[in-house]
Amino acid sequence: MKASPLAVARLVMARDLRLAFRKPSQLLQPLMFFMIVATLFPLSLTPEMSRLRDAAPGVLWIGALLSSLLALEFLFREDAQDGTLEQFALSGQSLTWMLFAKTCVHWLLTGLPLALFAPIAAAGLGVPAEAMWSMVAALALGGFALSLIGAITAGLTLGARRGGVLLSLLTLPLAVPILVFGADATREAIMGGTILPQMQILGAIAILGVTLAPLAAAAAVRIGLE
Amino acid sequence: MLKVSGLHLWRGDRHVLRGVSFDAVAGQCVLLTGRNGAGKTTLLRAIAGLLDPEQGEVNWRGVSARGSRDEFHSELAYLGHEAPLKGDLTGRENLHFAIGIRRAVTPAEIDAALTRTNAQPFADRAVRTLSAGQRRRVALAGVLLAGAVLWLLDEPTTNLDADGKKLVATLIEEQIARGGIVVAAVHQDLDLAAGRLVTLDLSGIAA
Amino acid sequence: MATWTWFHRFGSPPWVYGFAARWAPWFGGAAVLAMLVALYGGLVLAPPDYQQKDAFRIVYIHAPSATMSMAVYSTMAVAAAVGLIWRMKVAHAAAAACAPIGAWFTVATLGTGMLWGKPMWGAYWVWDPRLTSELVLLFLYLGYMGLRAGIEDPQKADKASAVLAIVGVVNLPIIHYSVTWWNSLHQPPSRLIGEADMDWSMVWPLLVMFLAFFLYFGWVLLIRLRAELLRRERNASWIREVLA
Repeated sequence: MKASPLAVARLVMARDLRLAFRKPSQLLQPLMFFMIVATLFPLSLTPEMSRLRDAAPGVLWIGALLSSLLALEFLFREDAQDGTLEQFALSGQSLTWMLFAKTCVHWLLTGLPLALFAPIAAAGLGVPAEAMWSMVAALALGGFALSLIGAITAGLTLGARRGGVLLSLLTLPLAVPILVFGADATREAIMGGTILPQMQILGAIAILGVTLAPLAAAAAVRIGLE
Repeated sequence: MLKVSGLHLWRGDRHVLRGVSFDAVAGQCVLLTGRNGAGKTTLLRAIAGLLDPEQGEVNWRGVSARGSRDEFHSELAYLGHEAPLKGDLTGRENLHFAIGIRRAVTPAEIDAALTRTNAQPFADRAVRTLSAGQRRRVALAGVLLAGAVLWLLDEPTTNLDADGKKLVATLIEEQIARGGIVVAAVHQDLDLAAGRLVTLDLSGIAA
Repeated sequence: MATWTWFHRFGSPPWVYGFAARWAPWFGGAAVLAMLVALYGGLVLAPPDYQQKDAFRIVYIHAPSATMSMAVYSTMAVAAAVGLIWRMKVAHAAAAACAPIGAWFTVATLGTGMLWGKPMWGAYWVWDPRLTSELVLLFLYLGYMGLRAGIEDPQKADKASAVLAIVGVVNLPIIHYSVTWWNSLHQPPSRLIGEADMDWSMVWPLLVMFLAFFLYFGWVLLIRLRAELLRRERNASWIREVLA
């Protein structure tokens, strides 16, 4: 009679997807933010493509990082405000599992589109076409790891004042490894090298995140609901 | 079945729950009364496991509720001040998701519950277009569908008209008749048939 | 079972308050003594480094500060975990007391690193792995203190910051590794000074200084812990008895 974990995951993901598509403008905002940030860098640095290409890995990854922070607001805040997150915690099902499902949908709706959208900004920063797929792959994987870490910090800041700024302050230091390896992967790709080692490390971070982050996020959410 | 013993809880500096204890057996309704701030909501949340009391225990079927949290929660339905509904989904969709993650539920069952609480007429409108009273009716349908033994209700008649208040009283009576337990925080007395009714006045519990 | 009684006593705020009051002066005295010995050994007895001349002496503050900044974070995380798992108020108070101390150690590391950088490399700041890691560590400390400050309810603040501390301590090695790796890509490894370069007369004052910093941490922690307990338990009856 009790719903199976598969059914739970399916329902949580279906719910979040349906909610997202009822307010599609919310999905576009992080992407727009990313594009604006990518435009601001040339404006503040230089229009020379060769110099922009050198800065491209940093610009793209920092832009992606900041957009993800913006998008993290959507993960729990509304559910916490209308009481549905509380009902998740009271459902008798594993909150860890449900939050993992929510995080996956969050990545599908923000991290992945950002990775797919990035080539447009990258082209404007002088990134060659051969490097595009590697860059997308690295951004997608890094974005997934970031969503996982963000779930923890989003849960922790549920009960805090000025949660938005605090969320950024808590998440960014924890995101340093993702930034380092992700930007390096993009740099390697631009220079025509292989990005396999960096992807392996990003993958390891993501796996560690999958194992531990939802647990920590569930603990954080239960504390935040008190 | 439900045993609350010596619950002490502080919120910051305030000693909100001061050694609350009571027992409830199957088929019993416990009404929590007291002025604003007496701790009715805090007590309900502490029993539900949303709050962690500094001292005291909540036992369900003889075992610690905190220790067997998932089993306890699968037999519990909690309804707080606000109806826990997503504004962008319809009432029906809300119930489909909220109940579905607890147990397999058919559209027919959802229909029946919505009819019972007279929420059918507006069940297919986005919840954010509904009035507070309409939302509460949808939420009550959710409580019915949860299939829970223990109901924890925080001011269940808020925003409801006279008919709605009678409905709540009837639903509680039916739940008790089924052998369930209801713990409800109320401001004014609910018009319930006497018998298995216990009142706990939280204002009266000394430090 | 004797161990459990001992452990249990640490859960009682009045007992810990008394314990801290009794032991703090000893830690303080020992710390001052060790520091004097170490300073004498490091500043007077040890010969100048053949390369850096006297500038190397900054290591006597820099290295222990760096070690303590990380040790304090670990202590904070352990205390937070104990508080979370065994629901001990004193453990949460200890974690809260650790944070500012650790943050200051980090600032000291960064500051002495900058003072050392000028004579070493001609620049006040270089993005070397040790300093960059310390900077990220400082952000972690500030984030922890920011989270505590941002949550009104003290019990919630305790628990939420405990989770953050644990997450941080798991992340620390990963962050350190990533920063070291990043640095190795862009310039040859540059350590400010290594033990292999130092002869014994330079090393023993450093070891004593490590001890001195550790004792100093203990001293300040006990004092801060007493203040934390006073603040948290200000309405409790035992406070009035103690202050009477």
